[in-house]
Amino acid sequence: MHYESPVREPLILGDKSYHDITVDVAKPIETTAPKSWWIAISISLVMFLWGVGCILYTIGVGIGTWGLNKTVGWAWDITNFVWWVGIGHAGTLISAVLLLFRQKWRMSINRSAEAMTIFAVIQAALFPGIHMGRIWLAYFVFPIPNTFGSLWVNFNSPLLWDVFAISTYFSVSVVFWYVGLIPDFAMLRDRAVKPVVKHIYSILSFGWGGKAKHWQRFEEVSLILAGLATPLVLSVHTIVSMDFATSVIPGWHTTIFPPYFVAGAIFSGFAMVQTLLIIMRKMFKMEDYITIQHIEMMNIIIMITGSIVGIAYITELFIAWYSGVEYEQYAFLNRATGPYWWAYWSMMTCNVFSPQFMWFKKLRTNLVFTFIISIVVNIGMWFERFVIIVTSLHRDYLPSSWSMFSPTFVDIGIFIGTIGFFFVLFLLYARSFPVIAQAELKTILKSSGENYKKLREKGHGHH
Amino acid sequence: MFEFTSKEKLFSMVLMAVGIIALVIGFTSAPSSVEDIAHHADGHAYVGDMQFTEGLGGGDGHAEHMLHQMQNRPWAALFHNAFFFLAIGLGALFFLAIQYVANVGWSVVLNRIMEAMGLWLVFPAIVIILVMIAGGMHMHHLWHWMEPGIMDKGSDNYDAIIAGKQAYLNFGFFVFRSLVYVAGWVWAIKLIRKNSLLEDNAADLSIYKKQIRIGAIFTVFFAVTSSMAAWDWIMSIDTHWFSTLFGWYTFAGIFVSALASMALITVYLKSKGYLEEVNENHLHDLGKFTFAFSIFWTYLWFSQYMLIWYSNIPEEVTYYMQRFDEYKAATITAIVLNFLVPFLLILPRESKRNMGLVAMAAIIVLVGHWIDSFVMIMPGTVGPHFGLGWAEVGGFFFFLGFAIYVIFTNLSKAPLIQKNHPVLQESKYFHQ
Repeated sequence: MHYESPVREPLILGDKSYHDITVDVAKPIETTAPKSWWIAISISLVMFLWGVGCILYTIGVGIGTWGLNKTVGWAWDITNFVWWVGIGHAGTLISAVLLLFRQKWRMSINRSAEAMTIFAVIQAALFPGIHMGRIWLAYFVFPIPNTFGSLWVNFNSPLLWDVFAISTYFSVSVVFWYVGLIPDFAMLRDRAVKPVVKHIYSILSFGWGGKAKHWQRFEEVSLILAGLATPLVLSVHTIVSMDFATSVIPGWHTTIFPPYFVAGAIFSGFAMVQTLLIIMRKMFKMEDYITIQHIEMMNIIIMITGSIVGIAYITELFIAWYSGVEYEQYAFLNRATGPYWWAYWSMMTCNVFSPQFMWFKKLRTNLVFTFIISIVVNIGMWFERFVIIVTSLHRDYLPSSWSMFSPTFVDIGIFIGTIGFFFVLFLLYARSFPVIAQAELKTILKSSGENYKKLREKGHGHH
Repeated sequence: MFEFTSKEKLFSMVLMAVGIIALVIGFTSAPSSVEDIAHHADGHAYVGDMQFTEGLGGGDGHAEHMLHQMQNRPWAALFHNAFFFLAIGLGALFFLAIQYVANVGWSVVLNRIMEAMGLWLVFPAIVIILVMIAGGMHMHHLWHWMEPGIMDKGSDNYDAIIAGKQAYLNFGFFVFRSLVYVAGWVWAIKLIRKNSLLEDNAADLSIYKKQIRIGAIFTVFFAVTSSMAAWDWIMSIDTHWFSTLFGWYTFAGIFVSALASMALITVYLKSKGYLEEVNENHLHDLGKFTFAFSIFWTYLWFSQYMLIWYSNIPEEVTYYMQRFDEYKAATITAIVLNFLVPFLLILPRESKRNMGLVAMAAIIVLVGHWIDSFVMIMPGTVGPHFGLGWAEVGGFFFFLGFAIYVIFTNLSKAPLIQKNHPVLQESKYFHQ
């Protein structure tokens, strides 16, 4: 069996048996929803419907309903897109990269983090779609043979690479997520009392029988998918960064963008996982599985990635000065002291300074503080994209066309709508899917469960 | 206990001696004046291509520039090898620090190897600082911005762009910064080593906790200084050029060189019958790390190259034009050795568990990164006058022998495996 040093903290608290885990994970699905769930989904639905209205208005009237102008042709739409894609990074990082690094603590959080990834990527994909104006021609983004003459995608454009990167990422994430779900769906199937529910979970679990051969194939597929998903964690935001960095716009064209965007994406993704899980563990009483140690680990990742992002900000500033290029220097001076200074300093405060609190164990194990910081980071990462996109565009090479951007109610409405949509999906998921990968979690009960750890200590005492 | 045999000692000393002799030949055969160049057969017909040489006017300047590049060659070779071998120690120290910070279990049986490698870094660092001081005394021209008059308005060779960097690129601050970097690195490894030895006789966790703290402090310090050292020592060679990714790109090379060396030393010690506790599972992980960071290096190489190529901005793209013109063979060889070979060789699980194949991959990756740092340093210092001559080979032999001597001596000074590391048992019972 896997040996674990006594210095390691338990990952499953309380006196749990395998059956207890089954019962605890199935409970949110088998019981009626708590009141807090109904309140949350009602608010989310209203936000979502408001967003749907604004999207329909945009499609009906046109992009003119947004605050864009001749100079700032990209603003909230692409900011929101990048923000959502970034959030979508934590799921795959947790399930694939942490799997490769043998981080057992991922088992309590990977399922929900992956769900979050999928729901976030759906929000992201909305924005390029509606920004096209004629959404009924959205299939034009794919290189499909057509009869419209010489219209064809541009393979030199990073926007097209984005289409490939994100659709690949989405597909692999869904498959990865689903494969992990199969034994858990089977568990729900076996427990279901109502025939209709039993039938649904039976279809969803693909006839899983829990045979040794099933497990062997399951593990093999998981490992292969982890290997495939790992480069995808890097490639998606790398290519998103190239949407900007291949240009010749000061503030956009900088070589550090690919790894720095990836670090920022992981940063914001973990912040969102933190936000969701702190609510969920309370709502569904999962405190024994998503422990303070789990929260602490995620806070440490937030601190590290936040600091990496901070180093990248400072590197950009320094190199802009060092380059001696007037436009580069002005772009950064304008960011920090120009009309959008407040956005820049919000970004700096939220992303670079606030995670530094996590150096203190007291703070990173404090739930309320963690929750606040997770929201602060989410806000900060939105501002980061806004700063990169709008401040670089609004004062371009031609001072005569300098301008400002201000969002209309439609811009704001669509953004709020995606937040609503995201939470609707997540809340529905939380009531119908096993929110913890219980089959996987059971594999560490004997090595990392609190009761078994205590038993071992006692055993040692007798020698 | 590891024993540094007299045979191994002799081998390392012979390497050093051969290296020093070759270096001396390299230094003495460099031309001392413009007239001297004519006598140099290896001054292989100067490529009359001025597009990459920076802002030189008439014929005299032209010849002098060529002279400087040829005079730079032994210095550049010394600096290049010092940097490459520094990377091995520095990368190992960073890896060791991370093992503590992240409470890693599997690697504990390898910690003493990392300590021995980390302790080596002070020697190449001293050489680098000496080369810097020699530059300040105008004994060579590795760093173009050190030229007298280049930042003085009204001087013949005044360069406005370089003058704009004076606040950062001036000799005093430059040397001071480097001293700070090196002092911090040396402080960290000395302290980690001291605690590690103390822990062998300790009974509680206090030293382990101390190590975690030192590891965390070092990691932060390294995150800043590794980038700054890369800007100072290497990026400022091509003084006009700049790239925000450069620091991280250099880090990737440093790190993977250290990982490959670590794998190589482990395999060597195993082959001599040491490190009983280390088995194919540990080797597998070393292989995975070497593989993963080879891919990571490639990712950063591609990111930097592709964005500069795509945007095609004159102040940036000249850097790669030179590397794909005069240095084409070396540039492409580096990519093949650092990406393609490890990718194909150690992707399969079985090859990562095979000592011979891991050692082979490690050697190839090390050669690849020696070439990569060559391509980073040479174009801006010796231009078209590069080659694989006395100084380059001599520098390599000298540092190789020196590194073997120091690292093996360090290994022989303490038991090869720590005694009271709290997660040592995880490493011993590690399987995958």
